[in-house]
Amino acid sequence: MLAETMGTKAVRAPSWKRLGSMREAGLIAIILALCIAMSFASPHFLTLGNFRAMLMSFSVEGIVVVGMTILLIVGGIDLAVGSVVCFAMVLSGSLFLAGLDPWSASLIGILASALIGAVMGFFVTVVGLNHFITSLAGMVIVRGLCLIITKGTPLSLFTLPPAFKAVGQGSFHGLPYVIIIFVAVVVLFDFLLRRATALRKVFYTGSNEKAALYSGIRTNHVKFWVTVLCSTLAGFAGVIYMSRFGAATPTFGVGMELNIIAAAVIGGASLNGGSGTILGAILGIALLSVVTSSLVLLNVSVYWQDMIKGCILLGAVSIDHFLHKRKAS
Amino acid sequence: MRNPVLNIRNVTKHFGAVKALTNVSFSLSRGEIHALCGENGAGKSTLMNIIAGVLQPDEGEIVLEGKTVKIGSPAAAQSLGLGLVHQEIALCPDASVAENIFMATTSRQRSLLMNYRKLEREAQDVMNRLAPIDVRRKAGDLPISSQQLVEIAKALTLDCRVLIFDEPTAALTEAETRILFEIIRGLKTNGISIIYISHRMAEIFDLCDRVTVLRDGHHVSTEPVADLKPDDVVRLMVGREITQLYPPKQQVGERSHEVVLSVRALGDDHRFDCVNIELMKGEILGIGGLIGSGRTEIAEGICGLRATTSGEILLHGKPQAIRNYADAVNAGLVYLSEDRKGSGVFLDLSIAQNISVLNLDALTGGLGLIDAGAEAKLAGDFARKLNIRMGSVDAPVSSLSGGNQQKVAIAKQLAVQPKVIVMDEPTRGIDVGAKSEIHTLLRELASSGIGIIVISSELPELLGLCDRVIVIREGTVAGELDAEAMSEEAVIRLASGVNAQTAQNRLASEHAA
Repeated sequence: MLAETMGTKAVRAPSWKRLGSMREAGLIAIILALCIAMSFASPHFLTLGNFRAMLMSFSVEGIVVVGMTILLIVGGIDLAVGSVVCFAMVLSGSLFLAGLDPWSASLIGILASALIGAVMGFFVTVVGLNHFITSLAGMVIVRGLCLIITKGTPLSLFTLPPAFKAVGQGSFHGLPYVIIIFVAVVVLFDFLLRRATALRKVFYTGSNEKAALYSGIRTNHVKFWVTVLCSTLAGFAGVIYMSRFGAATPTFGVGMELNIIAAAVIGGASLNGGSGTILGAILGIALLSVVTSSLVLLNVSVYWQDMIKGCILLGAVSIDHFLHKRKAS
Repeated sequence: MRNPVLNIRNVTKHFGAVKALTNVSFSLSRGEIHALCGENGAGKSTLMNIIAGVLQPDEGEIVLEGKTVKIGSPAAAQSLGLGLVHQEIALCPDASVAENIFMATTSRQRSLLMNYRKLEREAQDVMNRLAPIDVRRKAGDLPISSQQLVEIAKALTLDCRVLIFDEPTAALTEAETRILFEIIRGLKTNGISIIYISHRMAEIFDLCDRVTVLRDGHHVSTEPVADLKPDDVVRLMVGREITQLYPPKQQVGERSHEVVLSVRALGDDHRFDCVNIELMKGEILGIGGLIGSGRTEIAEGICGLRATTSGEILLHGKPQAIRNYADAVNAGLVYLSEDRKGSGVFLDLSIAQNISVLNLDALTGGLGLIDAGAEAKLAGDFARKLNIRMGSVDAPVSSLSGGNQQKVAIAKQLAVQPKVIVMDEPTRGIDVGAKSEIHTLLRELASSGIGIIVISSELPELLGLCDRVIVIREGTVAGELDAEAMSEEAVIRLASGVNAQTAQNRLASEHAA
């Protein structure tokens, strides 16, 4: 009996580790397979231009995914990220139009986004509402703010100074700054998530809030600050979008939150909290981006695209559920 | 047997490797009130859950009025006329009392719409037999004792042949208990058979016709109550040989008078009051008492996990201001929860991450980063010391057996070099081998000078492991037993309040008020 349990344990631990990395390896394999298939299906797919476009398309969203993943690990969710991205964009944009320099305007936009996160964090931790409902209300309220700030019309920001536009449009030896920023954020947070004490508490809280509480971790603080972090990163993404597009539309980012959550979940973040990796989430959004690009190149009607992406999400979540059930038993 | 309504024949039930019931037979006559007794974990609840269709037996059969029946679900049990009044209140707090009472009937009815007026009228009729509670109120708004009455009313509406009461008076006042007893006697006159589970000897001898005693999942005895005395029942509940080996206890000469932890007049105005505990250096102090007596709440109060309103806590003679658990940990007082999976370990996280959780500050460098090497070393050291059998410290705790999970939970506490560890059910759900390892470990820790308090529902564990035992009843210390006075009977007597009915009744009415 003893030998038997020891035997299964000796096998189990590495197999679990393989399962963890399998998630990412599996995603990479799927992405590669899709790329190879597409290279045959469309001559335009395997071009530098297309890859650059794909990378650009998910780089900024990728920054939002980082925040969302950490929030999912703590057991929360933020439906307001799309609105907050837009809010940072239109607030910074209108401050710029009011005469402020774009850097200060952007900083204020990011801080205001952090404040929105703080308000949602307050409702979650002090008032005691759940993340879903709080951020659902936040999504609608912040979208309303965007419409109020812009009076419903897009802001044209072509007067932005070139130095600021360079952040979103320029490149360093052919490598767009956007991609450099994106990679920096990902590497930084991936490292912190594995090593920083503060972010370790995110795992404890999300894995078993009661046990974390019984270990002296102030779980409400953790939840509050992670909520703030998620909104702050969304605001950061918003000002990069502003720089990139040279415009701020009050309807920008509608539905973005679903893409972000889908990416994190495809990448292995659990909606029950306690698990998730930055790398997985980034691969998740890369997959969605490759799918979108493929559908466009294959001339699949726009009307079909959402449905196909939804099916991919459903499949990924089902696999996650299946794996969790197996792990529990 | 005269007119057996329900016959349980040779029922066996396993939970994994644990045998909860072994070859248990039980027979219930028409119109009798049959008491079911046994210690915590004797198998009463398992047997009742089998009758109520919540659990399925692995072996054996259930014969209802001469016919073998299979009770596949609680709904099936109800349609066979078997009703269970749960010990834990299982009402829908947001639904009205009336809706709760007729929940089962409503889920069976075929009509499309609810007839609320009829529902309320009928519910009120039933409710009035017990107490004048307005059935239009939300169940969740009622005090606990009223909720218990609603739970009973709910069972009364089922057209039952057999009605099971699982400790129905735990939350009731004396007056309500008397009304309940009248109703139960009335049911008996109508030919309904009652199974009555209680720890209170006075109730059993007041109300019941026969008593069946279970012990360790075995049927011990069934006797008419008239032939027994309360002491006999207690003896039947206990009388077991201690087969498990425990580490040697403190010798008389080793006993120290140095007080490590002293709890004075601790109370929380709700679950416990005026609790005094002294823990000496080098001893393992046991805390016994029935489930729900307030043992866990007291432990939580000591460790800052539950707000207290009176009393003080001293560690090595120094008063401690413990406002929250972080304060307690800093003072050197740690608590190991009885609910290992619910609040003890992080199942998804690695062994190393579990062991380091209380000790993060010590492992954190200047930049706020965790020293991964030191963390792995800490975990590796404890894994060796505690003989945790695992693949690697990076494996998730969910990959370990229950005993090894518990060792991780203990390692987590030891990592902060505590002065006192309070362990709530340290060996619950753990196989015998790991259990004895944990017992040996606790003895070693105690000898090394760490104060150990063990809360346990298992009497053999309390008596075999501990140097001294305190028994809690109704939220206060009912008595203390030193090594010489310690026996299972003595603990049960203190825990169930035999010879102490007046105190118990007084506390029961206070509790409800």
